[in-house]
Amino acid sequence: MSAALSPARPGGAASRVPLLRAAGLVVRFPVRAGVMGRPKAWVHAVDGVDLTVQAGETLGLVGESGCGKSTLGRTLLALRRADEGSVEIEGQRVFELPPAKLKALRRHAQMVFQDPVASLDPRRTVGSSVRMGLDLHGIGTRAEREAAVAQVLRRVGLRPEHAERFPHEFSGGQRQRVGIARALVLEPRLLVCDEPVSALDVSVQAQILNLLKDVQAERGLGMVFISHNLAVVEHMADRVAVMYYGRIVELASREMLYADPQHPYTRALLAAVPSPDPAQRGGVAAPAGEPPDPARLPSGCRFRSRCPLAMPRCAAEEPPLLDLGQGHRAACWAARGA
Amino acid sequence: MSLLHGETETAGAEALPAAEAAAPRPRRGGWRWLLGRLLRNPSARIGGGVLLLILFCAAFAPWIAPHDPLAVNTLGRLKPPSAVNWLGTDEVGRDLASRLIFGTRYFLLICAIAASISAGFGILLGLVAGAGSALADTVIMRFTDMLLAFPYILLVLAIVAILGPSLWTAMAAVGVAGIPGYARLIRSVALTVKREEYVEAARALGASEAQIILGTVLPNTISPLIVYLSYATPIAALSAAALSFLGLGAQPPTPEWGAMLVNSRSFLFTAWWAVAAPGLAIFVAIFAMNLLGNGLRDVLDPRDV
Amino acid sequence: MSENAPLLQVRDLRTHFGTGPDAVRAVNGVDLSVDRGEVLGIVGESGCGKTVLALSILRLVDAPGRIVSGQVLFEGQDVLAMRPRALTALRGRDIAMIFQQPKASLDPVMRIGQQIAEPLRLRGGRTRAEAWREAVELLGAVGIPNPEEKARAYPHEISGGQAQRVMIATALALKPRLLIADEPTTALDVTVQAQILELLRERCRALGTALILVTHDIGVIAQMADRVAVMYAGRVVENAPVARILGDPAHPYTRGLMRSAPVMGAVQARLQEIPGGIPDLTRPLRGCAFAPRCDGRRQAGPARCDGQTPPPFIPAPGREARCWLQDGAPAAQPAPAGWS
Repeated sequence: MSAALSPARPGGAASRVPLLRAAGLVVRFPVRAGVMGRPKAWVHAVDGVDLTVQAGETLGLVGESGCGKSTLGRTLLALRRADEGSVEIEGQRVFELPPAKLKALRRHAQMVFQDPVASLDPRRTVGSSVRMGLDLHGIGTRAEREAAVAQVLRRVGLRPEHAERFPHEFSGGQRQRVGIARALVLEPRLLVCDEPVSALDVSVQAQILNLLKDVQAERGLGMVFISHNLAVVEHMADRVAVMYYGRIVELASREMLYADPQHPYTRALLAAVPSPDPAQRGGVAAPAGEPPDPARLPSGCRFRSRCPLAMPRCAAEEPPLLDLGQGHRAACWAARGA
Repeated sequence: MSLLHGETETAGAEALPAAEAAAPRPRRGGWRWLLGRLLRNPSARIGGGVLLLILFCAAFAPWIAPHDPLAVNTLGRLKPPSAVNWLGTDEVGRDLASRLIFGTRYFLLICAIAASISAGFGILLGLVAGAGSALADTVIMRFTDMLLAFPYILLVLAIVAILGPSLWTAMAAVGVAGIPGYARLIRSVALTVKREEYVEAARALGASEAQIILGTVLPNTISPLIVYLSYATPIAALSAAALSFLGLGAQPPTPEWGAMLVNSRSFLFTAWWAVAAPGLAIFVAIFAMNLLGNGLRDVLDPRDV
Repeated sequence: MSENAPLLQVRDLRTHFGTGPDAVRAVNGVDLSVDRGEVLGIVGESGCGKTVLALSILRLVDAPGRIVSGQVLFEGQDVLAMRPRALTALRGRDIAMIFQQPKASLDPVMRIGQQIAEPLRLRGGRTRAEAWREAVELLGAVGIPNPEEKARAYPHEISGGQAQRVMIATALALKPRLLIADEPTTALDVTVQAQILELLRERCRALGTALILVTHDIGVIAQMADRVAVMYAGRVVENAPVARILGDPAHPYTRGLMRSAPVMGAVQARLQEIPGGIPDLTRPLRGCAFAPRCDGRRQAGPARCDGQTPPPFIPAPGREARCWLQDGAPAAQPAPAGWS
């Protein structure tokens, strides 16, 4: 069943090939004057992103709304094309694959969506939605597929008889379980989760996060975990990338990023999270000013208009993602050792 | 003041999820569910009942009808309703009741053919326009704009004028004239569905564009399609009757209701029943379809689904 | 009216959606009070009735919802019994409200300055020029840069964070004694949220305005509230000073809420889950609504938890918890007859 991908299986000669690698990724959206008008400007939703994810590892992708993290997630799975750059999954360049090869690859690279209501077809039973991947890839006989669906539903904490019900009969948390089952039934090796718990209440969020963590450990999945919630990302990720207007501005192990953030934007983000301890009130150093217009970013460093450390060099020269050692990287001229 | 601008919107938006989260929702989807809800809707019940009766008449017309609908009886012309001729006779002595009963066949035939042509081509064009390339969308939408630029009845008349008058061309004309409405509806639904996250989810699972259109977009057009069908079909049936009335559709002696109406209209003041019978038949049938349509719309209301 | 009487008192308030057996009991017997200048946090998950409660206080519930019974006493006057004219005078002047979606709450075809000036002119008795000048000042006070220029902008020309600032300026223009803020920062990014919370705190303190802050975010509660009411299934299950709620919750649901959210800087291998989901509010609840999900049910006695609604016990002065685990502490009042 995995013939198309066997060269890249872990343990083979190609095991040092990362599960996922993106290089120089750029995605642009035109800003048009009218409906049919020529684009008057471009918004770079993703603006030169490099990242890798190893098997068994979770990369957290964190940023505020409009920073391009969702677009990046979709581009990593070739759900939309990149304007520049490449994505490799298990060594295969996804944008250059013929449709049949890409389809085969999709089996092993799945996605969990944000909105558990919108991401399930209201006209399909839950079983049919979960089975869809198996149907599309022609995996197993009808009976084997049903058995696989029952098994995966059980794994995500639902009952096999739930397969005959429609999505509207479930609560938000249960629907998200269905969304996870739909991705897991194909036994993926890479899972991109786009804000999988931001539509859920905290008590249910804990259930889903635990499930994702268990499944990841069980199957050794490589995971890209996208969220705006820094506490959730800290809970889930091994490494964390912070995005600001299409760029990764800081990338580090979870421990380093949360204990010793180097980019002023990361620091501002962390400081802005309201502490659940009423003794630590106020004194929040939120970045001054308003987020800039994405079509007219400041020259040089895109954060400099809100940055407390901005200096003349920041306006002149855009800082690259500088290596600060131990895998800690930050795009800031003021970072330690930069 | 702004407090008041905000209140209705926010209050309504919040109240719904609160109610939704808690209410035990009945099983939705599936034909049995639809039928159950329709049976509880009075207007759908009445409309559906009348249409079932029409269907029954059409199926068993030769057994139900007391007389041969085409048998001429020159001695019994324009007789008022009686025990022998329940609804009286027409200007050549044919039994009106029998003609009405056989007329149900033509009525249903017109509905079926016209709706098939309109919906069939409309769905095809709508899907290609809504879910296909931008070029196809532009071409198809300009084509429907062109058709829609003509008044409906003028378009129908023009098509009949090209094809020549007969029952079949009337049905074809009415069918073709209905295409743009369906095409626009399906396109708009397809455009909406295409942006849904579950379509993206299907793509992520490995579905091709064709599989997405047929497996995900098309099934999601069914609810609005059924509702539109129930509105557009009576209009088509009425137009076909109008064509027959103008002599451009069914030709005498076919017992088609519109054609019956035109033959009897000169006797309106001497033999009112000969006009009233087909007129009322058309009215009741169309009214029943509209009632069913209203019921369907209530049941399938997209805000509800 | 004595000075230490609470500013707002809610007594046994019930708001239902729909009628008959399918009615959703969104607010199902809530008792609350807010003192002058106090910040009361109302926290709970979706569907717990916190937004409906906030709307009910100002009688802003739309059909099919309706307030079935109870009292809302603002400075001793029952809001629920007020005539329309008195109610209109109350809204905006004495009690103002801001919502989750600031952009949806602003009139899209009216200049921002106008939206703030209008109530000042119509209800504050200012002339047109005075009202405009004051609107510009208010915009400055809520941290809008270039207020003269921004006052002439339309809502689509400003960001979500700025829109919420405008909403706050509008709501506080007439110096109300109570502001109800329903999830005011939920639609905003975390850096903007921090600014808006700071602004709300500072403005309310400056004007002596009491604040009811409705949110699902424990962090926001911790940063803002003096006292917290935790809602579950249409009822207040715990009501206590913020430090107590967060440090030593008395109700198992409150405890579950605290533990299930990941906390920055305290990474655990697994999060503590609250099993199951929220109850069906169309069915009359027998006993404690949280009992089916509760880890304290066995200890408190399943028969009692499932069968009898716990009254608000008072484990310590100023604290209330509707939980049989607190049995032994004095109860605030016996559950009224007909509790369902």
